[in-house]
Order: sequence, then C-alpha cells, then structure tokens
Amino acid sequence: MAMLGSINGVLMAGLDGDNAWRLKDYVARGGYVQLRRILENKLAQEEVIGEVKKSVLRGRGGAGFPTGLKWSFMPRSFPGDKYVVCNTDEGEPGTFKDRDIMRYNPHAVIEGMAIAAYAMGANRGYNYVHGEIWELYQRFEEALDEARAAGFIGQNILGSGFNFELFAHHGYGAYICGEETALLESIEGKKGQPRFKPPFPASFGLYGKPTTINNTETFAAIPFILKMSGEEYLNLGKPNNGGTKLFSVSGHVNRPGNYEVPLGTPFATLLEMCGGMRGGRKLKAVIPGGSSAPVLPADLIMDCTLDYDSISKAGSMLGSGAVIVMDETVCMVKALERLAYFYHEESCGQCTPCREGTAWMYKVVRRIENGQGKPDDLDLLNSVLGNIAGRTVCALGDAAAFPVQSFTKHFRSEFEYHIEHKTCLVPKDVQWAGSGFHRIPA
Amino acid sequence: MFAAETIQKFAREVAKYPADQKQSAVMACLAHAQEEKGWLPAEAVEAVAAYLGMPPIAAWEVATFYNMYDLKPVGKYKITVCTNLPCALSGGYHAGEYVKQKLGIGYGETTADGKFTLKEGECMGACGDAPVFIVNNRSMCSHMHPEEIDKLLEECK
Repeated sequence: MAMLGSINGVLMAGLDGDNAWRLKDYVARGGYVQLRRILENKLAQEEVIGEVKKSVLRGRGGAGFPTGLKWSFMPRSFPGDKYVVCNTDEGEPGTFKDRDIMRYNPHAVIEGMAIAAYAMGANRGYNYVHGEIWELYQRFEEALDEARAAGFIGQNILGSGFNFELFAHHGYGAYICGEETALLESIEGKKGQPRFKPPFPASFGLYGKPTTINNTETFAAIPFILKMSGEEYLNLGKPNNGGTKLFSVSGHVNRPGNYEVPLGTPFATLLEMCGGMRGGRKLKAVIPGGSSAPVLPADLIMDCTLDYDSISKAGSMLGSGAVIVMDETVCMVKALERLAYFYHEESCGQCTPCREGTAWMYKVVRRIENGQGKPDDLDLLNSVLGNIAGRTVCALGDAAAFPVQSFTKHFRSEFEYHIEHKTCLVPKDVQWAGSGFHRIPA
Repeated sequence: MFAAETIQKFAREVAKYPADQKQSAVMACLAHAQEEKGWLPAEAVEAVAAYLGMPPIAAWEVATFYNMYDLKPVGKYKITVCTNLPCALSGGYHAGEYVKQKLGIGYGETTADGKFTLKEGECMGACGDAPVFIVNNRSMCSHMHPEEIDKLLEECK
C-alpha cells in the first residue's frame, strides 16, 4: 500500500495495484499532461518558476528552502551544459518517504525533473539513488526507459525542440552523500566530501556547471502544482507552508509507515492516523524531522502542528518529515548513544571538529550509558558539541550536535541518574519489550 | 579479469555521463565488479580504474570511502542489519542479536563454512518496515522477526 493514510493526498493519491508505477498507469492518472502543456504552449520559463513560487513549495529534503526561489538562481541563459539533480539519497534515520515515491510514483519524479529542466534551461539530469534501495534503483531505470521510449525525455521532446537527458546514479553506503555538494562529488566519481559554499551549485555545480538539486518529493510535487495551480497547492497547506507533505512515522506507534497530510495538520491527528501508541503506552518524546532534528518531549510536540514554522517555534525542525516516536520504555541515554554512533560512523572525515568531535561525543555518551560516566561529562559534551556546531564545511556537524544538545537538555535528569547510579531508570527487560521484537533470545 | 556481461554493464554505465567524465561511472562499475567476484580484490579495483582511464588511487579512494564495497572476502550471503535508532525502536537491535545467536558469529564476522557474513548497517531508509536486513547489497527484507529470520536463513542455500 502506497500510503497507510492521507488527508487531501496529492502525490500518492490513486496509486492502486502493482502497476501503479508504470508509465501506462501514470498517464492514465493524468501524468505527463503538464509537461506536454508546457512544451506545446511554449510557456515562458518565468511563468513556470512563478507558479512554483506561488505554491510556496519548500524543499522536502530537510532544509525547507523555497523551491521557486532556488530555481530562479539558475543562470538560464548560461551557454553549455546545465544540470538538474534529484536527491534520492535518503539515509537520514527515520526517513523513508522517497523510497515509496520511487516505488509507487517514479514517473512523477521524472516529469517533475523534466519540467524543472525546461524552466531552468537545463539539458541533463541525474537522479542519485540511495545504494541500499537497489531494487528501486532498478525500477527507476525501467521507468526511465519507458519515459524515453514514449518521448518524454531525450532529444526533441514531443517535437518541441527541448532536449533533456536523464539518468540514474546510485550511491553505495555513505550518509554524507545526501548533502548536495557531497552528492555532486559522488556523481563525479569521487569520495563524497562536501564542498565549500559559495560558490553554490547554481553557479558551480556538477562538473563545474550550473546545477540545481532538489529532493525527490520536491520534484514529484511539481506536476501536481502545475496541474492545480500554485495558489491552490499553497492553500492545501497554510501560509508560508504550501501543500501536503509525506510524513514517515517510525518507532512506537501501532502502524508505522508513510502518511500524506497537509502542512499544518496537528501532530495529534497524525498520531491518531498511526493507530496511536503501541500497546497503549505513554508518549515520551518525538524527533519530528529525522535524527538530525532536536528531540521534543511529549508535552511540547503534542501542541505542535506539522509545518516548518510550528516545529521551529517549538525548538526543532520539520526536516524531512521523519517522525520518530518514542514511548516510556525508551532509555534516552541508550537512544542518544545509537545516534551519536551513527554520526561518528558517517562523518566523512574532512573537517577536524566533526571527525574528532563526533568520536568524542559517542565515547562520552557510551560511557554514561555503560555506567562509567563522570560527574562533569555533561559539561564535557556541551563543550564538544559547541566546538563542532557551525565550525564545519557542511551541516553534518550541526546535525550531530543537535541530538546531543537536545537530549541532554530535555532529559537531563536521566543522564544525571545514569552518571550517579551507574544504571538506567528504565529496566533492560522493559526496553526489550518496548521494541516489539517477537521473542527475546535467551 | 571480468566476464563479457560485466564489461557490457560497465559500458552501459559509462554511457550515462559526458564523454570526458568517464570517472563518474566508477561507483557503478565497482558495484558490478563486486557482484561478479563476490568481493573487491585489489586487481578488480585496479582493472576498473584502467577501464575508466583513471588513476588507481582515485578508484581506491572511492572503494574505501563507501561502505557497501567489500575489500575483504565475505560469505556467500552477506546480511546487513540496520540497528539505527528508528529500527531499534521496532526490534532492529534485537533482530541483530537473534541472527548473531543463530549463526554463532558477531558483526563483521563470517561463519566457518564461509556461508554467512553478518554486518551492522546504518540507515537503509526503510525504518517503517523494521527490522530490516539487506542481503548481498541487493535485496531488502522487511519485518524481520524470528520466523522471517529463520525462513531467510533456510532459503540461503
């Protein structure tokens, strides 16, 4: 099933049957009509970008930057190759929406990229697919073959004279490649280490050419925005937060999965759509936007609506819309230890503060979890994270610091308890039971 | 060094990029090479570099940076378990412990008969389906509770 639930679903509506991803089904749902309309009517590039601006579609990969504005940065008349690149390197813990877009609606991504290429004067594109979803990389290649055979991508598209060649490129296990400039390095066949910005990709991108990179969900929304008009799309959400958004809900709910709801939907409504808390247990905390977003205690998140502004006001980020739900069986020290390990493991090693700092944060959180914490360890963590945040080439350093900062802020007493009593507030068997694994090994 | 079929796959990858950017195909070519050989011996990395006309060190940088490349021999079946937080909340960590117990090996180890290698993985982007495994970098397995794990191990002949 494409979506476990939706309210006013757009991107993932009407995706029934095993062949929903095929060209034939996409066309039957009204697919490629917008690309055709734009090309046949020779719509002005400004007009297409203007519609996207009106929709207030904000980047769905995590940063929430207005898409129309980003598109307007491209030097459209720059001679030579220009690129649009889709970021399907979905590896932010908690996020699994792009996987379902690729699985059920890949042609929406292709049409969105072709429209974007037209609007920005780009002639080539790549979709960078997370290496771990190999089966969907292959599916996307099949979808590309279908689109190429039908004349929706390639040379002289639909007889318009517009050329756009689109290909798939896969990653092979590096979280950092979700960072846009690391992703470009990776397409160039190098280690995925982020570049200094500026220059931004719009002026110096793939192979040094003007490039715009958007998330999969962002591109997939484009055909629908052009179909319904920017204004109507905006009105689905709320001011400054246009449209619907996919939320990936994981953790302690009865029905983890993807849900498409309008931005501005109360968090409580989403929780209800997920069938509520597993085993009827009490909500303890939520990471609302992927592991890099600061954690929020239950009372704060329950007052939030799911949009960029509300979550930001509560002290976190909507990010990629990855909602990680934790109940009272979770030990927050143990939870943070795993996240700290992730950032340590995935730091690309380019910047010293991140490379060394993530190792230190993991080491200190681990010793607290293992009952070897020292009285001043929380101050030490604070000092280390302060020396990472804002001092690195890319945002991975900040992303590693936010969880440590927010866990130790909102759940400080749990960390102090661990340090003082050398043990956890939540008994181990309770933690095991909370995971819902069917049988506990002897 | 490589089968004709693998060389054909290389050519298909190279064709995706501008003529002067063959190096862009290195990730895909290394993956195809690994698929043929079962892992990436030094000769394979260097043969890919030669095929793409890039310095061997540049191919090594890629092979050592991305963690799905196996620079040491692995078992016939490499099982990667996601134990990251969202998966762990739904049994990912415990699923890993269960497989360890069944196979009698830890993460990063291979069974004595060379059949299984177990690895701890990072986010696979499928947290809603936890516990999640990937077999041989290619096939994702969802909802891996004990019955499903038993079944998977039996199917690995």
